[in-house]
Amino acid sequence: MSTESSSRPRSAGAFDIRLIIALLLGVYGLVLTVMGIWFTTDDDLAKAADVNINLWAGIGMLVVTALFVLWAQVRPIIITESPEPTESPETDVSKAE
Amino acid sequence: MHVLADANLRLDASPVDYALLAFYFALVLGIGYLARRQVSSSLDFFLSGRSLPAWVTGLAFISANLGAVEVMGMSANGAQYGLPTVHYFWIGAIPAMLFLGIVMMPFYYGSKVRSVPEFMRRRFGKPAHLVNGISFATAQILIAGANLFLLASVVNLLLGWPLWVSIIIAAVIVLSYTALGGLSAAIYNEVLQFFVIVAALLPLTIVGLVKVGGWQGLVDKVTNSPGGPEQLHSWPGDNLTGFGNSFLSVLGLVFGLGFVLSFGYWTTNFVEVQRAMASKSMSAARRTPIIGAFPKMLIPFIVIIPGMIAAVTVTEYIQDKPTLMEGGTAESGVTFNNALLLLMRDLLPNGMLGVAIAGLLASFMAGMAANLSAFNTVFTYDLWQTYIKKDRPDGYYLRFGRIITALGTVAAIGTAFIASNSGNILNYLQDLFSFFNAPLFATFILGMFWKRMTPTAGWVGLVLGTVSAVTVWGLSQAEILGLTGQGISFVAAGVAFVVDIVASVVISLVTTPKPESELAGLVYSLTPKETRTHESTGENAGWYRKPGVLAGIVLVITIGLNILF
Repeated sequence: MSTESSSRPRSAGAFDIRLIIALLLGVYGLVLTVMGIWFTTDDDLAKAADVNINLWAGIGMLVVTALFVLWAQVRPIIITESPEPTESPETDVSKAE
Repeated sequence: MHVLADANLRLDASPVDYALLAFYFALVLGIGYLARRQVSSSLDFFLSGRSLPAWVTGLAFISANLGAVEVMGMSANGAQYGLPTVHYFWIGAIPAMLFLGIVMMPFYYGSKVRSVPEFMRRRFGKPAHLVNGISFATAQILIAGANLFLLASVVNLLLGWPLWVSIIIAAVIVLSYTALGGLSAAIYNEVLQFFVIVAALLPLTIVGLVKVGGWQGLVDKVTNSPGGPEQLHSWPGDNLTGFGNSFLSVLGLVFGLGFVLSFGYWTTNFVEVQRAMASKSMSAARRTPIIGAFPKMLIPFIVIIPGMIAAVTVTEYIQDKPTLMEGGTAESGVTFNNALLLLMRDLLPNGMLGVAIAGLLASFMAGMAANLSAFNTVFTYDLWQTYIKKDRPDGYYLRFGRIITALGTVAAIGTAFIASNSGNILNYLQDLFSFFNAPLFATFILGMFWKRMTPTAGWVGLVLGTVSAVTVWGLSQAEILGLTGQGISFVAAGVAFVVDIVASVVISLVTTPKPESELAGLVYSLTPKETRTHESTGENAGWYRKPGVLAGIVLVITIGLNILF
C-alpha cells in the first residue's frame, strides 16, 4: 500500500489488465483456430514441417484465455477507494493480487 | 541505413496478419487511454502511484528488458555462438535479479526515493547525482534509439516502407501511449507484450524443433555446422568471450558478465528498478525481480534456440555462415540479426505470421517505452526539479513530464540513425552498459555497506570508473589490446568496477564523510531492521509470497539448468 498522501480525485478507473490479456489472446486464439481448421493449405503444412501450427497455437491461446478469465473471476479487483476524494492513505486502486 | 535492403526478407503477410497486427495496436493505444484516467499527480505518471501488484510489476520487470536487443540480439547470438548465449540469462541476469530483490530493494523502496539517481543524491549529494542523472538520461535516449531502429527495420521488411517513415510512425505510437498514461501505460503494455512474445516465439520454436527432427536433430545439425559442438554447451563459452582460454573465459563470464555487468545492469538501472518501485508494498517490491526471474530462466529456450535452428536450416545461413563467422559480409545480404525473421519467413503460415510480427513489434515498442518512461522520470525529478525549476506545484511537473517525453522521443529518433551504423546492435549496447552501469554498481554497493564512504568519493569514483571503461573500449577498438568478441565489454566493465572501488576507498579515507544522521535508510548498518523488512500479513501472507523462499526456488532451478546444458 502506498503511504503517499493521496487526496487526489480519482474516477473509479480500475481496469483489469488480466481481462485485456484475455481479450487479446482470445481474439488471436479464435482467429488462429479458424485459420487452422478451415484455411490451412497443403503448402502451409509443408512449410511448417507438417504441423498445423495455427490450430495448435490457437487452441493453446484459447486455453490461456480461459485461465485468465477464470483468475479474474475468482480473484476480482478489490477497489478500496471511495468515490469522493478522502484523506485516507489507503485509497490507492488495488489491483488484483 | 539499408542493412536489410539487399536480403530477401520480405515476409509474405496477408490481410489476416495485418488484421491481427492492427488489433494489437488498437489494444496498445486503448491501454494508454485507459491508464490516462488513473493519472492525476506526477507520482501517478512517473511511478504508477506505487499501486501495482507484484505479478504485474514482475512481468513488466523482465519485459522492459525483453526489447529489441534481447529478442533480436539474443537470437542473433544464438545463431552465431549457439548455446553459450544462455549465460546472458542464467549467469548474466538471475543472480543479480535475486540480489536486487533480497538485498537492495529494501533501501530503494524503503527510502521512498522516486528514482535511482535520487538515491544517489541522498547518499552522496549533488555532484554524484548530477553525473548519474545526466549519464543515465543520455544512455536511455541512445538505447531508445537502438530499439526504434530495430523496430523500423522490421517494418521496413514487412511493408517495404523507407526506414525513416517507420521510425517516425513507431515513435509516434510509443509517444502517444507513454505521454497519455505514463508509467502505468508502459507497464501494462509490457505485461501484454510479454504474452504476445511468448505466443509468437513458443510456436515458432516448436515448429522449428519439429523441422530439424527434435532436440537430437538440432544437436546433430549444429555439430556438423561451422562452429561445431562448442555451440552446444554453455560452459566454458570460449567462442562467446573470444578469450581463447577456457579458464579466462569462465573467469570473464563469472566476474565480468555475471558479477559486474549484470549486477550493474539489473540493480542500478532505473529502467528496471522503476518497475519495482511502482509496486504497492515493500513485499511486492522485493518480489518483483524474483517473480520476473521465473520467466527469465525460460526465455532463452524461445529466443536462443530459434536462432540456432535458423543457423542450420535457413538456406542463406547454410551457404553464408562461414563467411559471417569470420566477420565478412554474406553474399545473400543477411546478418545474424535477421535470424528470427528468416525463420519466421520459412516456417510460419499466415495467421501465426501475424502473431509473430505483432510479437516482434510489441517487443521493440515496449523496450522503447521502458526507456522513455525511465528517461522522463529522471529528467523531470532529478534534473529539472532538482536543479532548474524547484518548488513548482505538482501539476507543473506532470505537464513537464509529458512534454519531456515528447522531446525525448525526438532525440531517440536522432539516435536511431546512430544505432543503424553498428553491425551487431548487441555489441553496441553492451558497450554502453559497461560504461554506465559497472562503475555505478561499484559506487552503490560500497555506499550501501560502508558508511564511511564520502560524497567526494561517490562522484570521483563514478567518473574515473566510466573513463577507464571508455579507455579499455577505445584501446580494443584501436586493436591495441587484442580483445575480440564480447569479451571487450566484460573486461571494460571489470576494469571500471575495480578502478571505481579503489578510487572510492582511497578518496574516502582522505575526505569527510556525511554525518550518520543523514544516512539512515540509505546505509545498511544505519537502517533499523523494521524499515528494511516487510509486512507478511494479509495480502503479503503465505510461503509463496516470501521473497527469500521464491529466490531459493529460482536459484535451485538455475543451477539445475546450468548442469543440464
